[in-house]
Amino acid sequence: MAIRRGRGVAAINYPTGMNLGGDPTQALVHSTPTGNFMVTLSSVDLGQGMKQIMAQICAETIGVPTDRVVVDTADTDTGPHCMGTFASRGTHRAGNAVIQAAREARQVMLEVAAEELEVNASDLETDGQGNILVKGAPQKSISIFDVALSAHFKRGRSISGRGMFLIPRSYPEKETGAMKPSTCYAHACTVAEVEVDDETGEVTVLTVKNVFEIGRALNPKMVEQQLVGGSWMGVSHALYETTEPYYPNRDHGGTDFNQYLMPGPGDLAQTEIIVLERPSADGPYGAKGPGEMCANPQIPAVANAVFDAVGVRIDTLPITPERILRALKAQASN
Amino acid sequence: MELRKSYFADQRKDDLHEIGQPRPRSDSPGHVTGKTAYFADRNFPGMLHLKMVRSPHHHARIRSIDISEAEKHPGVVKILTAKDVPHNVYTILILIQIGPEDETVLADGKVRWKGEAVVAVLAETERAAQEAAAKVKVDYEVLPAVFDMEEALKPGAPTVNEYHGRNYYLYDSGECRKVRFGDVEAGFAGADHVLEQTYQSSPIEHAPTETTGCIVVPEGNDRFTCYTNTQAMFFTLDNASIILQMPGNKLHFVGGTVGGGFGGKVDVIVEPIAILGAKLTGRPVSFIYSREEEMQISSPRAAEKVVIKDGVMNDGRIVARKVTGYTDAGAYSRHSPYGAQKGAGHYPGPYTIPNVWIDTYCVYTNRTPSSAMRGFGVTIGDFALEVQMDKLARLIGMDPLEFRFINAYRDGDMKAHRQPTEGAALIECMQEASRAANWPVAEKYLSMSSYAKGV
Repeated sequence: MAIRRGRGVAAINYPTGMNLGGDPTQALVHSTPTGNFMVTLSSVDLGQGMKQIMAQICAETIGVPTDRVVVDTADTDTGPHCMGTFASRGTHRAGNAVIQAAREARQVMLEVAAEELEVNASDLETDGQGNILVKGAPQKSISIFDVALSAHFKRGRSISGRGMFLIPRSYPEKETGAMKPSTCYAHACTVAEVEVDDETGEVTVLTVKNVFEIGRALNPKMVEQQLVGGSWMGVSHALYETTEPYYPNRDHGGTDFNQYLMPGPGDLAQTEIIVLERPSADGPYGAKGPGEMCANPQIPAVANAVFDAVGVRIDTLPITPERILRALKAQASN
Repeated sequence: MELRKSYFADQRKDDLHEIGQPRPRSDSPGHVTGKTAYFADRNFPGMLHLKMVRSPHHHARIRSIDISEAEKHPGVVKILTAKDVPHNVYTILILIQIGPEDETVLADGKVRWKGEAVVAVLAETERAAQEAAAKVKVDYEVLPAVFDMEEALKPGAPTVNEYHGRNYYLYDSGECRKVRFGDVEAGFAGADHVLEQTYQSSPIEHAPTETTGCIVVPEGNDRFTCYTNTQAMFFTLDNASIILQMPGNKLHFVGGTVGGGFGGKVDVIVEPIAILGAKLTGRPVSFIYSREEEMQISSPRAAEKVVIKDGVMNDGRIVARKVTGYTDAGAYSRHSPYGAQKGAGHYPGPYTIPNVWIDTYCVYTNRTPSSAMRGFGVTIGDFALEVQMDKLARLIGMDPLEFRFINAYRDGDMKAHRQPTEGAALIECMQEASRAANWPVAEKYLSMSSYAKGV
């Protein structure tokens, strides 16, 4: 009886957005009298930080710092339609809608600035700090604060825009299955290293090294929180979790966190995250949806590592000590 | 976390001001100091609490329901049964034309899974609602139940759901969603090895910090405000509108920050019945799942069975792959026909294989209806595919990582569902994993690229 070590690899891809498309999201953007910007949506922030990302996307597109953007969302009386926050679609779908709305608002903002500066709007650029400058002559400038005041009280212009993003729905061909499930895919490759106690069947995950390709890391810190959380969830799925431990038998289902097994802090592996960026053709600033993908590759990587360690295949999830011991017993008797 | 900017540098301009910047989240101070408001932080004068009487049986006919004792329980204000729900038989994907309507808001004549909602009790306190629910007498005639997908698909199995009339979802393509590409049998015939393996998973729980729920307030203007933690505001509003036969303009849904979803809050379960309760009593109604309900009543991730048959050559090329996927929907569709179909679009995984045959089935059994969860339609498939890849590599004596390089898809490769590959990056992820994990592969794999050959 011994502690045996093994490692396994898995590589995957994952579609962004609702499968087969047909899932619209709208956004509205407008400026306040002093040049702050409101983004209005009905999308839901599940705690993943959607509001923050929409603020950054709007700020980038308008050309102001992120803290000058406020996101109002998840209210059906004020926010235009969004299909919902699921299917790795929030950033991709709503982000594209916000860009379109922000571009329209930016155009009005530049037109008002052009009137104030007596130049063509096409000769203007933003400095990202809240100012609009004449290209090539940056000493000739006006603050967005003053542009918004002018638009509101002098020129009677609404600095606002509407955005809508829709991937047209694809219908699978009945006989061949020809279809367009998604327009862009995120990717991952994970290597997991485990120790398996061949006396108790217990698996300890030592390291999980994840490489994720996500299009564009719009906010690297938030990308990190989502990818690390996903990696933990994947390991948990591989080894612990089920509402029906003896499926298809319905008995013994957990009803609280004492009975429903999940890893605690002491069970978490050393987790490494490396991010590659291949911008997607239709993503907001190239972003793809990595929210679901990041919890998938750990499961087969751990399963393959268990085999590498003790030479038995557990092809049924979760990979419990009981299943490992039964497999080891069967292996020994063969 | 490390950003490896050397990959795909030619496809990216790093000239942005706000994008790519690790800005602190504006909402995190609220989260960590307990100041973020969630829907359940509200309290309204006169608010009632809703509790469900649930089926103790997996499959049973309801002979009668007696609410007389429960109605007399102190604090009880209203008790709802199927006849109170205007459009009691519904299905959520009807909004995108995926029917038939197959589920009851409150059971009518029959229950099809243990835990199914039968009677809703509205009372002044949670405790009174719970106690009164225990006094509702339901007379059941227990029916044979089926829990195993294979059993459910056999002739003569008990019919789980009469609205389907068969224990699988009927797609326009027939009993399963199909993908046919090349000639899979010819591929097997010409292969050096053929390996068929079966993979299985069990249902799992989303385990959000915040359980599913809502609070509904009848407003003075004849409208209803529904404070909810749904993941999809209008999807829920529009389904509630259908179930209640109430114009959408009477409904105002307010969300906010949700304490975790993971796909567990895309079913429309708590809102319609709570709105109905508010309408019939004229009082605010709170319906919030207990942890036990969250774990055993709300939809889990479906159990799946995946059978993969591959033909592989000694040089590492996979020449044929046949996948048969089964998704255990439980007693009702919810999002499962969509999830099973999503699997058909995902197989055979990120590999270029000339001959592919895919069938994915959505199967009904007498268990808690499953539905969406992070990785819906794909997660279990990826487990099966990637363990199968490991087995194939070992079968032909090849390094598992090198074996994947040989088969990895690249830009321009035709996928089984007849879309050319665009924006591939699997090869680069594996190259970086080889380096990061100190897993050596031959030089020729490190010089490969996802870009189309000759570009």
